[in-house]
Amino acid sequence: MDRFKQALPALVVLALLIGAWWLAVAATHSVIFPTPWQVISGAAELAIDGTLWQHIGASLMRVGAGFLLAVIVAIPLGLWMGWVAGAYAMLNPLFQILRPISPIAWIPIAILWFGVGNTSPIFLIFISSVFPMIVQTTVGVHTIEKRYLRAAANFGVSRYTLFTQVVIPAVLPQVIVGMRIGLGVAWLVVVAAEMIALRSGLGYMIMDSRNAGNRYDLVVAGMIIIGLIGLALDGFMRMLEGLKFVRWRYAH
Amino acid sequence: MRTKIEVRNLRKSFASNGSSLSVVEDVTFSVRDGEFIAIVGPSGCGKSTLMNMIAGFTQPDQGAVVIDGVERNKPNAKGIHISQQGSVFPWLTVRENLMFGLNGHAPANKTELADHYADIVGLKGFEKSYPHELSGGMLKRAELARALVVKPEVLYMDEPFSALDALMSLRMRNELLRILAKEKHTVMLITHDVEEAIHLADRIMVLSPRPTRIQASFDVPFAHPRKLSSPEAQELRVAILRELGVNSYGD
Repeated sequence: MDRFKQALPALVVLALLIGAWWLAVAATHSVIFPTPWQVISGAAELAIDGTLWQHIGASLMRVGAGFLLAVIVAIPLGLWMGWVAGAYAMLNPLFQILRPISPIAWIPIAILWFGVGNTSPIFLIFISSVFPMIVQTTVGVHTIEKRYLRAAANFGVSRYTLFTQVVIPAVLPQVIVGMRIGLGVAWLVVVAAEMIALRSGLGYMIMDSRNAGNRYDLVVAGMIIIGLIGLALDGFMRMLEGLKFVRWRYAH
Repeated sequence: MRTKIEVRNLRKSFASNGSSLSVVEDVTFSVRDGEFIAIVGPSGCGKSTLMNMIAGFTQPDQGAVVIDGVERNKPNAKGIHISQQGSVFPWLTVRENLMFGLNGHAPANKTELADHYADIVGLKGFEKSYPHELSGGMLKRAELARALVVKPEVLYMDEPFSALDALMSLRMRNELLRILAKEKHTVMLITHDVEEAIHLADRIMVLSPRPTRIQASFDVPFAHPRKLSSPEAQELRVAILRELGVNSYGD
């Protein structure tokens, strides 16, 4: 009941927005812009013939592959850069230059290098999510409180114990923040990448619907589905923040 | 009793704004095995710097710290440091924290030892709790247990209870005495609380303002449990406060 009360204002805003949308389409007698109902029935049509699930699956697969690759690269690299001052001095300037380049700007190069198959969007997702995760992991190592490192030194533990029981758990909350940012960016980018030159995915579905007969009901349906899946992905990452061994770092 | 810690002519200064600020100036003393020594001094006098050098976290500019006849230059598990802010790892449970320093032991034995010491400090039933689920007093108990479980020869305590409220601080002092009666450790305690020092220590050293030296040393010849309101204890308190430049009667 309390949760419902909390969500109520947001639901009211959504309902008002959908109502206004409906009224505006009805009032202007638009033949191209769909009503909310047309969007729902269009999406249902694709869901029933199965193509919607194929597009969703294709997008999620690309995000999953690119993001996982980025995690595998970013976390060890971030730990190394955080721990070893020389590595930080060597690599940080390079990453600070690469980081502000929009992943969209990489699209031509991605097509040149990898063609128009699955590799291009996976590469773009990798590029977009790897930097935020490296940065957050590095920051995480740099902000480990000295008193914990001192305690570890005091107990004279091995380097292995120092890393597995102090450094990595201390950094984990920051890593999760980085993963949340990284996954968010990855989801943004996959749709953009699929708009360019592919035959599957939610981005492709949007462009294809527009090109093949102005099916704006499917364009809007695609946008809403992208939003909902993004919300679900973020919700999943936030569940990681609730794990008992990382919760100390976030607000209680 | 034999000598445990020998502090010889320790000096330390820090660079500040291009000039050198002398913090510890020629401190020499020794601590017997099993002795509880308290160090009191005005705030900012360099007490913590002195203890950091003795515990091995900071290198002195001059002088040496000799423990059991061997010069020390690095911290190790024979002397565990407990600070005011505490350093119980928030990402490990109480049990995992206690097991942290026990790397040489067999796994089954580790859990047993950890739980035994959790019990000793009164944390039975909280072995699987995370630090953020504990109160400030319980955190201190966990920290104390984590130190004790590795059977250190020396405990270095830097204002360990001063972040606790007065009642909890008093309770922790009694706990500490109860544990020390069973497991004889050598203890060095830094405190600004003269009563705490009289309550706990065998000997109290008063440090001067910065650059700090040992200004006076008092034996505390009272048997435990001590009655702090006794005339002798009050007399000692007045004498120590006088060394610190405080007139305790306001006259």
